[in-house]
Amino acid sequence: MKTDELVTLLANGADAVEPHALERGYALALGWGAFGTTLMMAILLGVRPDIGEAAWLPMFWIKLAFPAALLAAALYATVRLSRPGVRLGGVPAAIAAPLLAVWLFSALVLLNAAPADRLQLVLGDTWEDCPLTIALLSVPLFGALLAVMRGLAPTRPALAGAAVGLLAGAGGALIYALHCPEMAAPFLGIWYVLGMSIPVAAGAAIGPWVLRW
Amino acid sequence: MSASEDRLRDLLVRGLAGEAPAYRAFLQELSAHLRAFLRGRLFRLPDEVEDLVQETLLAVHNQRHTYDAGQPLTAWVHAIARYKLIDLLRRRAGREALNDPLDDASELFVAADTEADDARRDLAKLLVQLPDRQRLPIVHMKLEGRSVVDTARLTGMSAAAVKVGVHRGLKALAMLIRSER
Repeated sequence: MKTDELVTLLANGADAVEPHALERGYALALGWGAFGTTLMMAILLGVRPDIGEAAWLPMFWIKLAFPAALLAAALYATVRLSRPGVRLGGVPAAIAAPLLAVWLFSALVLLNAAPADRLQLVLGDTWEDCPLTIALLSVPLFGALLAVMRGLAPTRPALAGAAVGLLAGAGGALIYALHCPEMAAPFLGIWYVLGMSIPVAAGAAIGPWVLRW
Repeated sequence: MSASEDRLRDLLVRGLAGEAPAYRAFLQELSAHLRAFLRGRLFRLPDEVEDLVQETLLAVHNQRHTYDAGQPLTAWVHAIARYKLIDLLRRRAGREALNDPLDDASELFVAADTEADDARRDLAKLLVQLPDRQRLPIVHMKLEGRSVVDTARLTGMSAAAVKVGVHRGLKALAMLIRSER
């Protein structure tokens, strides 16, 4: 087939492309993925019973704001990495800012605590379950988001897979925070971050395989 | 922004809005730019140029929904061409060295080359390998230029299935090319 013939083939009957198809795809995947993740959390874990009282404490909202900020940064990264030729721009800063804020806050909390209390602030009562549960809860989001990205054109597939992993991990952490009883910043800065980094690593590892086009 | 980039961008935006003649003109002009660009970077592999032009055109078409009208067209096209070029070189890694780094996007629309060599790979032959539900819509709609309604009637498929068949078929064709080398 000659190139001119290919041009004619491609142009024949080429319909209008729906504007914002990319944003719509990710919005749908986020919606369905969050639904699946919330369902998993509600059935397997349950919302923390004292959520009514906890909602009065600032730390409860900080615990939600941290993954929410990472989720926003990861969404920004995911959309940018899905289009060929778009630079990362402010993505690294947007991801680093909430991480640094939580680590700084954790350091202050630990410095101000009595030495005997520090271990408890770091480990809480649930450190053994937290990271893997966050990773598990991120699975519905991860699958839905990766399926959308497979229909797009990431030219840096490992980075793009990692961005999807961070988006899913932050979503999983956000919803896990509704169950999790821990209220110490150092716990957040260590175990939540570890939990979210599992889907990030998974995305970076499989990106080059599943995101080829 | 160069004049040719302005013009190409305008053609693409109109094409994406459903103006088929504008889209055709876009692909036509783009193929000349791609040819010049890839000839400059593959001068040790001249036989590969036209195949890569076709592969890149197919990718541009399949991924046209990822173009953001606020984005420089050069950057978008260059990233696609570069992705396909690196893919080709990886497959041939070690056999031939690439002379020129791939980075300079700014020259993409400066040169054009309308002298096409023959492609070595025949896309028509690859098309035959697709399943009927993808191949028939492509043959009737895209090769013979029939309407969706006509194609649906000829194949006994629904109009929606015809559109899906074309879309998936062209993506499958891109995958066939990738696995072929």
